[in-house]
Amino acid sequence: MKQVKVLGSGCKKCTRTVEIIQTVASECGVDVNVVKETSPEAMMSYGVMSTPAVIVDDVLVHSGSVPDRQKVETWLK
Amino acid sequence: MLSLFSDFAAWLIYGLLGLDPDSKLGSSLHFFVEDTTKIFFLLVVMIYVIALARASLNVERVRDYLAGKHRVIGYFMGSLSGAITPFCSCSSIPVFLGFTSAGIPIGITMSFLLTSPLINEVAVLLLLSLVGWKITLIYVSVGVMVGIAGGAFLDIIRAERMLQPFALKAYQSAAPTEGRDAGRQRLSFKDRREFAKHELFDILDRVWKWVFIGVGLGAALHGFVPTSWIEGNLGAGQWWSVPSAVLLGIPLYSNATGVIPVMESLIGKGLPIGTTLAFCMSTVAASFPEFILLKQVMTWRLLTTIFVLLLGSFTVVGWALNAIG
Repeated sequence: MKQVKVLGSGCKKCTRTVEIIQTVASECGVDVNVVKETSPEAMMSYGVMSTPAVIVDDVLVHSGSVPDRQKVETWLK
Repeated sequence: MLSLFSDFAAWLIYGLLGLDPDSKLGSSLHFFVEDTTKIFFLLVVMIYVIALARASLNVERVRDYLAGKHRVIGYFMGSLSGAITPFCSCSSIPVFLGFTSAGIPIGITMSFLLTSPLINEVAVLLLLSLVGWKITLIYVSVGVMVGIAGGAFLDIIRAERMLQPFALKAYQSAAPTEGRDAGRQRLSFKDRREFAKHELFDILDRVWKWVFIGVGLGAALHGFVPTSWIEGNLGAGQWWSVPSAVLLGIPLYSNATGVIPVMESLIGKGLPIGTTLAFCMSTVAASFPEFILLKQVMTWRLLTTIFVLLLGSFTVVGWALNAIG
């Protein structure tokens, strides 16, 4: 199972990011565990400076915007 | 070219709706229609064009650039890059920590964060089209100067002592940042267009309601508040009008887009430029929601210091501008 973390201060964009990842995952039938992470320490430890940021299996794959579908699909495959 | 919007508003309000240009309602509605159509037109065109140009500029690059700069240049460049870097206020915490853990002094980071809400391409654009280049120049210089002075002051009082413990630790154990970020590739024109499109929708989504609120307030002032009342009660002669304007601005939380149409109206009504600027900057920069966010990385003592510092500088700038006239 893929571990996905969405880092952000909890604004609208972060919520949308979580939603889109969950939607794409269920459509592709991929098993994921998506967690929202709002603590500043977590952002710092991944060196994230613009949110929302996405961490898949402990690797930073995206930051600064709501990712589009195609991007999410490539992470989950 | 911009008189087109005034003509359109006149045609709609005075012609089609048949309102009297000298009536309160007529002149308010004319102001509202002229400003909203003009602002949205300018926003759509200019955000897109500017976004194309600055697609490759991001906070990571600014951090790498600012790291290791001499202090004096650092405050200036920090403030300036705060003005031009695209950056949403919900990212202030990660940006603050990113700068801090790269060893950039707190003062330079704060120069960036203080100027950022005050000046951005949308604000400059609106100022230029609504109040002219002179006031735009004054506004931008004041915004940059407040950032520089605020940052320098915070380093003088060694503000890093008043950070939350984990943020202080990150600052003290700062490591070089080279090669840490992966997102640095050359952008094709297609990437730039894609970015610009996103940016356009993003910014419009964020500011459209502020445009209506701001222009609505400006229009009401324009039509219903007599010029003589403002001149008589809030003129340059009353020293207390500047600090009151600053205090009044605190609970009124708006961004620069919403406040500039109000500014246009206030200046048109003869409110002195210093008082107007002090009020508008206080509305934009001294907002509680953003300060509460910063609580995650700062102690109350530091937050209060910054807040008082901002209010103090807006007041001083207001007095100075009123005195010069």
